[in-house]
Parts: sequence; structure tokens; C-alpha cells
Amino acid sequence: MINKIVTTMAEAMAGIRDGSTVLIGGFGSVGQPDALIEALIEQGASGLTCVANNAGTGHAGLARLMELGRVRKIICSFPRSAGSTVFEELYRLGKIELEIVPQGTMAERMRAAGAGVPAFYTATSVGTPLARGKEEREFNGRRYVMEHALNADVALVEAWEGDRWGNLAYRASGQNFNAVMATAAELTIAQVSRIRELGEIQPEHVHTPGIFVNRVIHVDRGPDWA
Amino acid sequence: MQPFSRGQMAAKLAGDIPEGWFVNLGIGIPTMVADHVPADREVILHSENGVLGMGPAPAADKVDPWLINAGKQPVTLRKGGSYFHHADSFSIIRGGHLDLCVLGAFEVAENGDIANWATSENDTAPAVGGAMDLAAGAKRLWVMMEHTTKDGRPKLVERCGYPLTAPGAVSRIYTNLGIFEVVKGQGFVVREMAPGVSFEELQAKSGAKLHRPA
Repeated sequence: MINKIVTTMAEAMAGIRDGSTVLIGGFGSVGQPDALIEALIEQGASGLTCVANNAGTGHAGLARLMELGRVRKIICSFPRSAGSTVFEELYRLGKIELEIVPQGTMAERMRAAGAGVPAFYTATSVGTPLARGKEEREFNGRRYVMEHALNADVALVEAWEGDRWGNLAYRASGQNFNAVMATAAELTIAQVSRIRELGEIQPEHVHTPGIFVNRVIHVDRGPDWA
Repeated sequence: MQPFSRGQMAAKLAGDIPEGWFVNLGIGIPTMVADHVPADREVILHSENGVLGMGPAPAADKVDPWLINAGKQPVTLRKGGSYFHHADSFSIIRGGHLDLCVLGAFEVAENGDIANWATSENDTAPAVGGAMDLAAGAKRLWVMMEHTTKDGRPKLVERCGYPLTAPGAVSRIYTNLGIFEVVKGQGFVVREMAPGVSFEELQAKSGAKLHRPA
């Protein structure tokens, strides 16, 4: 019997190696897999390349992981935000590498990775400093830059509900980066607010088919998120 | 001289959006446009984080923690609205499906170049977000901004000094002093001036030649 549901964070994090590329889902606080990030902090892997839209805020979650010196490089679209002081300090001291990627290019690079597309061309960033050093090509009279797929070792995502086959469904704006990242990693780990029986999530309502998901763990976010 | 207030700028811009357009409003002042779309006009708002048909902010006791906009503020969904993931959301943007995007800017050049994400080449930790995708991808890009910087330097310029967000993308600009079309091969054409502003004053506060409408 296939059962992707794990009950401890130690099982959820098992096998994540030093030097891994880790995709961290969510946009703002919505769909941000907080419990999995905390578990990764506990687990101890270091020399990580983290991919997330922002570079962490405050001193918890991704910011904490960086503060502990466990992140070698961050790939994101918007590192500077209210409370991103940990990242800014590390960056100023040259202790963390930054790859800045337009948000749509970041999403598309992961979709490409999940779809087996090694690279693609986009008009985004043409004529800007972010196109520097990238191959450019003209199609139908418009210039495009080549971007590479962004494959990862691990994806940490949050969904609203999941089942033992790994099928996931999200709430409201909670799909965001989660549904894309789930397709782009070798090992996708999902924290979910509700565990469902097989078939309980209507097949038409599955956003991320279980084939993309390796482990599912129940995390109760409390009544505010119910 | 009576410069337009931000509310007036937003109202003027909103009045120029026809029924049925799909529109993305950038973070900051452009967000105000949503409050000025006439009630009888259906304009569908898109948010980068996977929302189409975005509605106004909810009452304090009706906040859904799973529903925010690109500025990470709680919002609502209108009837007919939909949710999707980031790659599809940026397909909407990059695939040329949005009729209009409204962004703020540091500078706009007379050839339509826009600079709105970094103020120097070696900015400490620059942040681009979705600005380059929106500027390159939407069918139209309108800019809403103050006419000059806080210390009085013009933001309408011949060539952008700051790193570009996208080349040749802007077609219209709404400032506190006027409304301008960016016309290919010509440059900034004045469409409207704030009450009591003379063409000469407007020209003096601009870093590129302004043209009177034909």
C-alpha cells in the first residue's frame, strides 16, 4: 500500500544532504511551509541553495536558517522587504550569494524543470542588467534572453489538504509558488492542514497530482487558518 | 498651481480604463486606482500571486488569511474570480494577456524606457519582484508617479540613468502635474495639465522635450 504520509518531522526531513538546492514555497505568509522550514533547521543540512520569492524576515524560518550560516546562496526575486535584516547583513558581509531573478522567470524556470525543458527564451529582462551574460536571440522581430530550468533536490511546500498518494489541493491564493515548486524537485515534502482519505479530494479539484509529491505531513495551523 | 492629488491621479487613470480590461496594478500608489473604477464598469484585476477578479480589502472580521495580493495585504475575490499558481499567473503576464499594467517609476524616458527597480548598478541587494515581467509582458504599460523626485529632479527624462526595468514599454504617464502620451519617434506629448500649470512650467520640471498635442 502506498503511504506517503509521515508522522514525524524527522521522517519528513530524512535524507536531505548538505549542499542541496531547496525550493521554499509560499508567497508572503500564504502557503509558506513554516513547520517544514523549522524542521530543516533542526535537521542540520548546510551549504544550502535556497529558492524562495523573498529572503526571509525577522529571525524565524528562512531568516533563521540563514542566520545559522546554513545557506550558501539564495535565489529570489525580492530579497529586500520589511524585516529582511538577517539577509541584508549577511549580504553586506559577503557571507551569502544572491541570484536575483524576475518573479515570472523564477516561476517559469521551475515549471520548465518540472516539464523536462532545459531552457527557454523570454522577453523579460531584455535590455536590463539582469540579461547580462545571457544568450540573446531574436524571434519574429523581438529580442529574448535564454533562461535555464531551475531543478532542485528538495521542495518544501504547503497545501490545504493532502492524501496518502500525495495528491494536494490548496486554499485561495495558496497555490502560488507551491504548485510549481512541487514539480521541480527530486524530493517534494508537503505540510498540509488536513489529511484526507483517498478519493475525498474530488479528482477535478486536485491541484498537484500525487506523482509530484513524496511525503505528506499533517501540520495544524490552528483556528485562524481553518 | 494646483497639482493633482494622488486620489485625483488615480481617478483620472481609472476613468481611462474601458470596461472588460484585465489590469494589474503595481504595489504602492497604483493600487489606489482600484478604488476609483466606476461602480458600473467591470474591470478585472489580476494579482501576481495567482488571483484574477480581485476585490477590495475585506472588513476586519472577514479577513481570509489564505487570500492576499502581491503587496501581501488581505483582499477579497469577486464573483467570477479565480485562483491559480505562479507559473500560470505569470503566463497571464508574460503571454501578453493583460490589457494594462500600471506601475510606479523612478524614471521614464522619451523612448518609453522605464526604470523602477534599482537606483544604482551596485544597489545593496536589489529587488525586482514581478516588475520586469509586467513591463515586458502587458499589452500596455502606464506609469503613475510624482512629476519630480523629492529634491525636485525630473523623472521624465531623455534617457534613463538608473538600470532599466524594460526598454520602450511605457505608453502613458500620469503625474501630479499632468498626463502624457509616449509617442514613438516623437517623445512626450502633453495630453492634460493640472489646473494652473503652464506648459512652460511643465517643461521646466521635465528632463526631456515636451510636445503640445497635434
